[in-house]
Amino acid sequence: MASSTAVYGLYAEPSAAQRACTALRRAGVPEKEITVISAEPFEAFEFSQRDHSLLLFRLAAVGGLLGFLGSVLLVTGTSRAWPINVGGMPIVAWWPYLVIIFEMTMLSAILTTVVSLLVTARLPSRAKSLYDPEVSDGKILVGVPIAADRTSEVIRRALDAGGALAVKTAEFQS
Amino acid sequence: MTGAASRPATGVPATMTEDLLRPLLETSWKFYALVIVLFGVVLLGVGSFAYQVNNGIGVWGLNWPVFWAFDITNFVFWIGISHAGTLISAILRLVNAGWRRPVTRCAEVITAFALMIGAMFPIVHLGRPWLFFWLMPYPTERQIWPNFRSPLVWDFFAISTYLTGSLLFLYLPTIPDFALVRDRTTGFRSRVYGALALGWRGTTKQWHRLETAMQIMAIAIIPVAVSVHTIVSFDFSMAIVPMWHSTIFGPYFVAGAIFSGIAALIIAMAALRKFLHLEAYLHPVHFENLGKLLLMMSLLWGYFVFAERLTTWYGNESAEMSVFWTTQSGAFAPLYWTMVVCNFVAPLCILSFRKLRTVTGCVIASCGVVVGMWLERFLIIVPTLSHKYLSYSWGSYRPRMPEILLLVSTFGAMGLLYTLFSKFVPIISIWELKVGEQPELSQPQETPDEAATLWRTHP
Repeated sequence: MASSTAVYGLYAEPSAAQRACTALRRAGVPEKEITVISAEPFEAFEFSQRDHSLLLFRLAAVGGLLGFLGSVLLVTGTSRAWPINVGGMPIVAWWPYLVIIFEMTMLSAILTTVVSLLVTARLPSRAKSLYDPEVSDGKILVGVPIAADRTSEVIRRALDAGGALAVKTAEFQS
Repeated sequence: MTGAASRPATGVPATMTEDLLRPLLETSWKFYALVIVLFGVVLLGVGSFAYQVNNGIGVWGLNWPVFWAFDITNFVFWIGISHAGTLISAILRLVNAGWRRPVTRCAEVITAFALMIGAMFPIVHLGRPWLFFWLMPYPTERQIWPNFRSPLVWDFFAISTYLTGSLLFLYLPTIPDFALVRDRTTGFRSRVYGALALGWRGTTKQWHRLETAMQIMAIAIIPVAVSVHTIVSFDFSMAIVPMWHSTIFGPYFVAGAIFSGIAALIIAMAALRKFLHLEAYLHPVHFENLGKLLLMMSLLWGYFVFAERLTTWYGNESAEMSVFWTTQSGAFAPLYWTMVVCNFVAPLCILSFRKLRTVTGCVIASCGVVVGMWLERFLIIVPTLSHKYLSYSWGSYRPRMPEILLLVSTFGAMGLLYTLFSKFVPIISIWELKVGEQPELSQPQETPDEAATLWRTHP
């Protein structure tokens, strides 16, 4: 992991954070390079509308399908491998097996959702990422890494335009 | 910086975070006293279980023909109680009910602990509990494979799925709150909460992924919750036994489970409100709404009981009628009519009136429902087993002290686990509560043209 430097501002209000984001965009900072961190989601603001994706729904569906196929194989395969007559039921008895198949399908979909969440949200993370503990006090962090085509001064001006309570510089691993 | 006091933007009271974190950061002697008392009650159950393991299940009141009694009653009862949390929370999440925010975690915790307690009982009941792993599907050297056609194996799969799903459903939305505690504590405590927070920062991507995952989990967990108690009912209804072999058992059990679950939730919320001083967050309106739900479930329960009883009575099948009459006017009648009063008459008399749908009124009705639903489970199992087809095989059942102690200890275990949880984890989801306090956005941040130029998407 490479070490980078970022400049970030802390904001008391989501509207101020939004103003800073807009100023950064006007200054030519690409949308994907703007990091916004908050202690709660702000769905009503544009900075929260990024990163929408149907990926998790699709992965959950794939997980469910795999669970379905796995459970069908489990119940049919093992019944045929160890055939035991139970109450005159067929060796492969679909009605009771539907219970097992349903439960394993749902379990697989749930586990896939959780694993997908962890992978796509990059959790757990031990890397030194851009963060400020004041976020947990209710501040909203808007940060941008310094790059060759934009100086710290340009970013600071844009962050100040939003009405930052403080503008700081931090090292982080990217 | 002054912490939560500097949060005027979202209209959140300055003390909200402090209020909700106070139980984690401050400990009074009352907490230790409560834990010691509850631990003592749990020890009674552990001692009783040890006595049973040492002497065999002959120490219970079980005798031919009643081989299922208190333990299976406890199993069904606690699995039912578990329906309070995840199911209710998932439904309220999906319909985006605003009043759910302070309620969901209180409810989800009940599910996790009630399931653990309930799932213990088939193992306790085995007689040789050290062989419980025979239930699990694994190929042994003796070429034995669990029989997937057995309802008891369905139980294993259903409860495992529901427990796993419920624990994850409880844990995921707790991650941001763990991060909050991580940032407000130091030393070992900060490291523990840091590990539980998994390095959560609260980026827009993480929030979006978390909320999407919770939406998927809510969709997935509802059918699982319904299936669990349906499958528990199959333990009975798959048997050709009077009053058990009925198609109504699945929905009847699910309705009863939700009914007892809501009652448990109301009691737990009232206790939290009182002892953790959460009056500012658990408002009377939450109890009123849950009281209405409880009333609705009481009516539904009454409907199911009426449908089941009328069908049996009208069919007039002799084996079923012997069970029927033993509960209506025979040896089990006092318990049966107590159940009817607790589950139907009392909730109707209390919760139908708005003036009585107070915190106290809801708690009184809920306590009655918890007692009534335990009796319901008992009355499904024991009268039937003691009055099966042939009259010469009829018998009776009377519980003995080890069973009673075990039952009492389950309530102690629930209380202990709940107390410890609320000591170490914010019992009300702080970030969700804050979201509920956010003001409506009054004006757009850019002109529509500018928004389209600057951002890929805009609200």
